[in-house]
Amino acid sequence: MTTNVIGSPLQRVDGRAKVTGAARYAADFNQGGQAYAVIVGATVGLGRVTGIETAPVEKMPGVVAVITHRNAPRLPYAPHKSYIDPATGERLHVLQDDQVRFYGQPVAIVVADTLDQAERAAAALRIAYTAERPLVDPADPKARPVVPEAGKQPDARLPADTARGNADSALADAPVKVDEIYEIARENHNPMEPHATVAAWNGNRLTLWSKSQFVVNEQAEIAAVFGLPPENIQVICPFIGGAFGTSLRTWAHVTLAAMAARQVGRPVKLVLTRKQMFFMTGHRPRTLQRMALGATADGKLTSIVHEGTGETSRYEEFMEALTSVTSFLYSTPNVRTRYRLLPLDIGTPNHMRGPGEASGVFALECAVDELSYKLGIDPIDLRRRNEPAIDESENKPFSSRSLMKCHDLAAERFGWSRRLPEPRSMRDGRLLVGMGVASASYPAFHAPANARARLLPDGTAEVEVAASDMGPGTYTSMTQVAAETLGLPVERVRFSLGRSDYPPAPSHGGSWTMASVGSAIRAACIAVQEEAAKRPRDGRPIEATASAQRDPDVAARFSMHSFGAVFAEVAVDPDVGTIRLRRAAGAYGIGRVVNPRLARSQCIGGMIGGMGMALMERTVLDPRDGRPVNAHMADYLLPVNLDVPQLEAHFVEEIDPHVNALGVKGLGEIALVGMAPAIANAVFHATGKRVRSLPIRIEDVLTV
Amino acid sequence: MLPFTLEKVTSVQAAIAAASSGRRFIAGGTTLIDLMREEVEQPAHLVDINALPLSEIRIEGSDLVIGALARMADVAAHAGVQRLQPLVAESLIEGASPQLRNMASIGGNLLQRVRCPYFRMHDAPCNKRTPNSGCAAIDGLNAGHAILGTSNHCVATHPSDVAVALVALDATMQVRGPRGERTFPVEELFRLPGDTPHLEHTLLPGELILAVRIPGGPDSRRARYLKVRDRASYEFALVSAAAALDVEDGVIRQARLAVGGVGTRPWRLRMVEKALIGKAPDRKIFETAARLALEGARPLSGNHYKLELLPRTIVRALEMTGEAA
Amino acid sequence: MAAALFGSVNLFSFSSQRTIISKRAETMKNDERLTDGAVETEERRGGLSRRSILLTVGGVATLAAVSEVAAQPISERPPSASTGRVRLVVNGRQHELDLDPRRSLLDVLRETLDLTGTKKGCNQGACGACTVLLNGRRIVSCLTLAAMHDGAEIKTIEGLETNGELHPLQAAFVEHDGLQCGFCTPGQIMSGIGCIAEGHAGSPDEIRIWMSGNICRCGAYPGIVAAVADAAKGA
Repeated sequence: MTTNVIGSPLQRVDGRAKVTGAARYAADFNQGGQAYAVIVGATVGLGRVTGIETAPVEKMPGVVAVITHRNAPRLPYAPHKSYIDPATGERLHVLQDDQVRFYGQPVAIVVADTLDQAERAAAALRIAYTAERPLVDPADPKARPVVPEAGKQPDARLPADTARGNADSALADAPVKVDEIYEIARENHNPMEPHATVAAWNGNRLTLWSKSQFVVNEQAEIAAVFGLPPENIQVICPFIGGAFGTSLRTWAHVTLAAMAARQVGRPVKLVLTRKQMFFMTGHRPRTLQRMALGATADGKLTSIVHEGTGETSRYEEFMEALTSVTSFLYSTPNVRTRYRLLPLDIGTPNHMRGPGEASGVFALECAVDELSYKLGIDPIDLRRRNEPAIDESENKPFSSRSLMKCHDLAAERFGWSRRLPEPRSMRDGRLLVGMGVASASYPAFHAPANARARLLPDGTAEVEVAASDMGPGTYTSMTQVAAETLGLPVERVRFSLGRSDYPPAPSHGGSWTMASVGSAIRAACIAVQEEAAKRPRDGRPIEATASAQRDPDVAARFSMHSFGAVFAEVAVDPDVGTIRLRRAAGAYGIGRVVNPRLARSQCIGGMIGGMGMALMERTVLDPRDGRPVNAHMADYLLPVNLDVPQLEAHFVEEIDPHVNALGVKGLGEIALVGMAPAIANAVFHATGKRVRSLPIRIEDVLTV
Repeated sequence: MLPFTLEKVTSVQAAIAAASSGRRFIAGGTTLIDLMREEVEQPAHLVDINALPLSEIRIEGSDLVIGALARMADVAAHAGVQRLQPLVAESLIEGASPQLRNMASIGGNLLQRVRCPYFRMHDAPCNKRTPNSGCAAIDGLNAGHAILGTSNHCVATHPSDVAVALVALDATMQVRGPRGERTFPVEELFRLPGDTPHLEHTLLPGELILAVRIPGGPDSRRARYLKVRDRASYEFALVSAAAALDVEDGVIRQARLAVGGVGTRPWRLRMVEKALIGKAPDRKIFETAARLALEGARPLSGNHYKLELLPRTIVRALEMTGEAA
Repeated sequence: MAAALFGSVNLFSFSSQRTIISKRAETMKNDERLTDGAVETEERRGGLSRRSILLTVGGVATLAAVSEVAAQPISERPPSASTGRVRLVVNGRQHELDLDPRRSLLDVLRETLDLTGTKKGCNQGACGACTVLLNGRRIVSCLTLAAMHDGAEIKTIEGLETNGELHPLQAAFVEHDGLQCGFCTPGQIMSGIGCIAEGHAGSPDEIRIWMSGNICRCGAYPGIVAAVADAAKGA
């Protein structure tokens, strides 16, 4: 009954819903009699609310409630932490006190009959503060780095310090060295869909139509915040208009929507403004990294020192895998990594596509590129000379590793052989042309997940998981997994997700959805077939629920990561400094490709995200009060259609029997990782100027 | 957004009468509605002038006359505009997204407000929005701000692209108000901020822009608009330049040059023009002349790069006038 | 200080607001010498270079104990008068609506007519997600007032199918995978229809230029260009 559905380039099963406007996102769930809520944010960056004049606003047309810390209910805020919350610290308790911890923090919420009335009333609310100057810049000497609590244990998932050999003395002794500082700007996810929650109470039961990459955690968290049993709360999110990590956590606005709805006794719709998306819902933290490489004259790495620091808030320690890849990407006897946090008066950062790896690999892969020029060795050749046989950080074999195969495939498709090694040696008319390359890596994660499968008497099947689809095509690829396992054509399988009352799934992030949810669906489909074999056909549906997780023994034996290679060509205008990506090619070893059409789209999308990181994206905070000054889609630059040239994504054939039964390693993150350093390296090749700070903009290459 | 009344007028006379009693015109609305939503603009009464017969684009001899309500998209697509004044078409296409170009009128484009982020934020001082409140940009984040024509009260740049082209081309505007019609150069529409940055233009109360007239000339065909920005489209200019050269027998007879993104108003560079006339068009000459653009430039903490980018943009735009569009 | 300010001024008068804001402005001016010092060393745009940050921050007189009231005055104006009846023909259906003049066309479509296919991405005309056809032309519906369009014909994503058949551009978006999350997709498709109708879909490069008013954060641009090019061939 094998149908080879897995691996076929099926069109999106939800494509029709998305091209007709029928797909409903959180803010599309209009409820009868709903009121509209607007959040009022603090206009100081640090301080205290000393006065709020609510009475005149309450009298304004259409206003039904003005909620501030003075009249908001004291919420239980029972302890709740999932693995996507920072391990140390405590989430923002919204409207529970007069403290202002960062610019834009919610200090009031206004509810009115119409959106225009609510917006007007929110603008009219007068609030007095005492304010101090916040500390918002990681480069400020007053910012004191701390050792992350969760990184102190020797078995920490993200250890603050790691070492093998003696990296510092090996670096000192190395004949050839690179030792540089790399800096990456604060970035915001900026999905096209703003965060939104429609909240409706029915007695003590709450329904939230809410943008979430993790509906079961949103359910659990809101239950904890309001002191309710989780089963009283239903979170519904069938479609996500992009998220890239920003909807992994349940931010304060969800609590505010629920609080407001309870207060006014009506359903309430709350949609964040685009501006609010720049300070209330996480961001990729600014990072400062020292990357030092030591090598022999023939290009063998003798030492790597990687010291990385990321910003976090004062109230939570957000950690990401900034230094992880450094320990195993290349072979070298001596490595030391150090990871520190700088607590600042900002909202807590969070995971953004390729979290940690995207930033860390930028530093590593730029440094390797710099080393290649110092040594006069081709950058691909240099990587080949340092290709490890095993994961030297854990002394374990890789479950699969196709890094050099990726380099070879992508180099050939890209035409790397046409590159002249000398910087600033290639031109196209007036324009300086440069080619750059970088490696990419991201862990092949896997988390326990559950699924329910149901065979209906009409010969169709239904599969349900509390999973999410923020755009990669979860609906489609999971339908393929179920169809193949059940031996049914895809048209006879209906897959549903995005409800917290479905069998629980892990967060939709970290490139583990296919591995985790796909494995659970496969298990449930096998289970329901076994159930069907046991039972006589009586015209009733047959149902089975199953869970799946990675075999811990296998996990202990192997190091599991995806690898990739990215090549980019840029043209720099030597007169006015414009930098344009002309083409790029990536090759990826990600295990089995479930749907090549969707995988290609996801990869190209990730490359475009990496292009934004390299050349455009930066949220700039005013150091005087921490306000983002470019919190606007016209001022926070993202690639537009005209920026995007021919992009190629290739997949090397890779069979990994260890990662999971499906043999999939994940794709969403690695598609972004590697693009920024490839572009930065291409800019150096084009201009001869090394820019170590992202984004690289016109003024950085103007005088070359 | 503050409440307001909205009425529609169908005659120029009625529009002027309405404006004379303090009502504000609304045409495409792309700037006004955006700023009303931020409550930066707070008109109590709006007059919708879209029904007025001011959308015509016509050719009079070698002149081009564009009605104030002609949409950016229609002007850019007009065969006569493309033939007689390709610079205008190019600056319009570079000036906004296709959707906004379908909405925004030429008159409204000239009157659009500045792009300073602090101007949009009620919790920051801004002399333009709230007179005498101070300027957050001068000591703040000012990468996008002006280096020419600034004052101690305001450093915001004028954001229009087509205005730069019109100023370079010596376009004039025809306006009508309670006291009748007058015609004056587009360049004179824009005030320097001085110590009254809240006053941005020279229209008198009740005056309505009727049309813009662009005189034709021998240099119109060798004219280009160069907009320098970090992404390829849909972004305001870091620096832009509208350049037109009339070259005869290898000698520059006439030069026109205006720049955007650097001035508190569209910035005509007559000194540079003068330095070009009579010379052979080559890069050395362009570079020498372009340096004169920096006369009086006052950089801020974040926009020193414009001192370098401005002359480079001018040189490149002048070079482009000799290349095919 | 805060309490004093709060108690001593009339919160609703324009002049008091100005007073308070100018207090704030004075405090900001305290930083002048520091940023002045930073001028010579500032190299990067946006005041972000490491050196300037050090100079800007070191020994600064902070905004300590500043009090601030930033809100807009509560208007003494009456609530927006109704515009009287506004007739809109949306996807061929006539609607007669009493509208607050403040309401954008986008909000009327989404919140009044429950046509939620048109999306609000930025509400500032900077993303294109709210693109619809107004009398056949593509516009951003967030930056126009519904009340200005009495009698207008509006076409949204919900109005493209005929007898259950997708519009050729809708079908092409599915076929070329010109979407991922789908949130910008209605705006992209409406913009694509406008782009084709305007005659700007002659080549992939031309499409890229004329489709740059619609941002896609997922990065589905190559598929979008292919879909528009494909549909343009049949148009």
